[in-house]
Amino acid sequence: MWDYLKLIGLGLVAVLAAIAANYAHDLAYQVNALTVMLAAGIAFLWVLRSAGDPRPNLQHEYFDSVIRAGAIATAFWGAVGFLVGVVIASQLAFPQLNFEWAQGYLNFGRLRPLHTSAVIFAFGGNALIMSSFYIVQRTSAARLFGGSLGWFVFWGWQLVIVLAATGYVLGATQGKEYAEPVWYVDILITVVWVAFLIVFMGTLFKRKEPHIYVANWFLLSMILTVAMLHLVNNAAIPVSIFGSAQVQLYAGVQDAMVQWWYGHNAVGFFLTAGFLGMMYYFVPKQAERPVYSYKLSIIHFWALIFLYIWAGPHHLHYTALPDWASTLGMVFSVILWMPSWGGMINGLMTLSGAWDKLRTDPIIRMMVVSIGFYGMSTFEGPMMSIKAVNSLSHYTDWTIGHVHSGALGWNGMITFGVLYYLVPRLWNRERLYSLSLVSWHFWLATIGIVLYASSMWVTGIMEGLMWREVDANGFLVNAFADTVKAKFPMYVVRALGGGLFLIGALVMCYNLWMTVRAQPQRATQHSAVPAE
Amino acid sequence: MCAKPVKKEPRQVETTGHQWDGIEELNNPLPRWWVWVFYATIVWGIGYSVAYPAWPLIKEATPGLLGASTRADVAAEIARVDAANAGIKAKLIAADLNAISTDPELAAYAERAGAAVFLTNCTTCHGSGAAGFEGKGYPNLLDDDWLWGGTMEDIHYTVAHGIRNTTDPDAHYSEMPKFGVDELLDETQIGQVVEYVLALSGQEHDAALAAQGTELYVDNCSGCHMEDGSGDRSQGAPNLSDAIWLYGGTREAVTHSVFYARYGVMPNWSPRLTEDEIRAVAFYVHGRGGGE
Repeated sequence: MWDYLKLIGLGLVAVLAAIAANYAHDLAYQVNALTVMLAAGIAFLWVLRSAGDPRPNLQHEYFDSVIRAGAIATAFWGAVGFLVGVVIASQLAFPQLNFEWAQGYLNFGRLRPLHTSAVIFAFGGNALIMSSFYIVQRTSAARLFGGSLGWFVFWGWQLVIVLAATGYVLGATQGKEYAEPVWYVDILITVVWVAFLIVFMGTLFKRKEPHIYVANWFLLSMILTVAMLHLVNNAAIPVSIFGSAQVQLYAGVQDAMVQWWYGHNAVGFFLTAGFLGMMYYFVPKQAERPVYSYKLSIIHFWALIFLYIWAGPHHLHYTALPDWASTLGMVFSVILWMPSWGGMINGLMTLSGAWDKLRTDPIIRMMVVSIGFYGMSTFEGPMMSIKAVNSLSHYTDWTIGHVHSGALGWNGMITFGVLYYLVPRLWNRERLYSLSLVSWHFWLATIGIVLYASSMWVTGIMEGLMWREVDANGFLVNAFADTVKAKFPMYVVRALGGGLFLIGALVMCYNLWMTVRAQPQRATQHSAVPAE
Repeated sequence: MCAKPVKKEPRQVETTGHQWDGIEELNNPLPRWWVWVFYATIVWGIGYSVAYPAWPLIKEATPGLLGASTRADVAAEIARVDAANAGIKAKLIAADLNAISTDPELAAYAERAGAAVFLTNCTTCHGSGAAGFEGKGYPNLLDDDWLWGGTMEDIHYTVAHGIRNTTDPDAHYSEMPKFGVDELLDETQIGQVVEYVLALSGQEHDAALAAQGTELYVDNCSGCHMEDGSGDRSQGAPNLSDAIWLYGGTREAVTHSVFYARYGVMPNWSPRLTEDEIRAVAFYVHGRGGGE
């Protein structure tokens, strides 16, 4: 019965998508509609072929197949996202790389949102979905709730990524940073995200442990808050149901404020709270040490989620935003400093008694460096939110450097550590293919980040100073083009740093591939749900 | 999964007694320095939000004890600079254009002000070094080759009114015929006249074709570019006998110019720049090396 409902639903989606493609007003919409049609068609055939198959009772086993797919997707989208990043960094250094034949498709303006979305939502999003599925099952001692709903979350999210990415390249965008996907992709994101919430909450409800582990607090706060942010910031009215254009519900400075309330909390809840959830599970597991302080985890969790949500206005200092909003944004950002560092302290101190592992275990080393970058960026962030500092740093490359020490250092490194931890366990292998390749990855990535961040500090502070330089009569000394010219060498260094980071990620992909391909099977199964 | 606190070693703190997939939690207290820094930022935050505009009320936000306002700060800074420059601005507007360079103080001001105006408004086309973009139709302002004149008055007029724009009736205007598009000359004739132009500027050319182009040039081109190719500034007709080319001096580029003609446009800056700014930028451009 359920299979027939699914077939009807998928068939309807495919037919409606075909109709939509026929009436499309723009190319991006048409390509997206055809993609949806194709996806629904494939899903239809899949359901049709497996309809009526017996469903074994798998409640005694963790739902790991979807996590395996998530691990593959994380590594794949990571490599894609980093590659696009290296391309656009090179385009900034050498504008000739905005090829004439690729104008309107692969020039910097089209590729930039592709890079940010690929890294945050494709790489980071898959990492979060995959690890929250893993963590919530292990720490609840229960199989994932919702049967194949987990698969819907996984494939739905991949469809979101593909629709958004092809849309950007073909010119469909909302023009809001980190919220570029157009209205129908936003609707799909909402559906997938609600399914994610149901799977996660359902698993928590049927947990066999008396308490909910701290990692799950962070992950749940991420899922709930991102849902709220997404709904509010993407409120828009489509121009036509057969086109990708829409009109925002808010205007002027209100729109800007909603956008940066969203934008900052996408960083706060997606890239901070969510990844702290990963940290709280995988660091103690890999170090085989207890978490340092339960009290600290409670206090810093509540302080973090209460304070983060108010910090957005610091993105709009010295703009049309009223002074009072600017002040509050700055004050909450500075108070946020210690709650953010609570996570760093808990992560690093968990290693006390196991510091010697830094020498022998490159995965621990990766996690520690990632926590270090987390601490550094969560200090740099509050500092940059101070109005006087912001008047120099705003609009400069310093911001880009800050974002990347967070994204490459914290989110990237912890995800690499998690992948190295998970792949042997998910595929039931004895060990990783090569620990020395992990070391290589570690050094390539670390040096890459250092080159990236330091070159952006130099250009950021330099261009900030050049922009504000005035002579005795109050006239500006430099043209904008002068600052662009002065930044050239550092742009090359930045592209180089990104290149090293990309090579490191490719080394990881190879290492993980060989782990699955060539390592012997482990004797005991890892995926059994423990008995009561 | 036992719910009783577990003491591990003599010097170690207890765990909370919970366990998830083998993970335990120690019951360490909050680090003292962490708590105190957290409190300090909160105290600072309260103080700061009392001192500065912060808390939204029903009609407006609290103004803060210091009466700070970023908008007022900007207005005050602009007023301060304006007041400081008011005297010399008036002097610049009143001065005879050609006399600016004789007053060192005025000249120094015009140079700096002109540079600022130029860097903000002119570099997009003329380059931040004012060297233009050779072959792309953006004139070099450093050399002696002027399309519409290189005296202070000429430059001032060109900046104020622009060239071939539709917004200023006093803009410089002239239009080269599209000899190819409008079939004023056929392809053979264009080939001949192009060879003649190449000969005029002393470039490598086909002498036989150039000879055939002589009469065509005199009939069609010399009205504006003059018989010797020296151009006419009153019509903005470029000098064809030198090595400086606005749209390139190769055979292909000149052929393109004759066939399709050229129509370079410059905006009139008078509505956007004030008179003292126009004078300053004219002085700056005049002083780049080619001023007459």
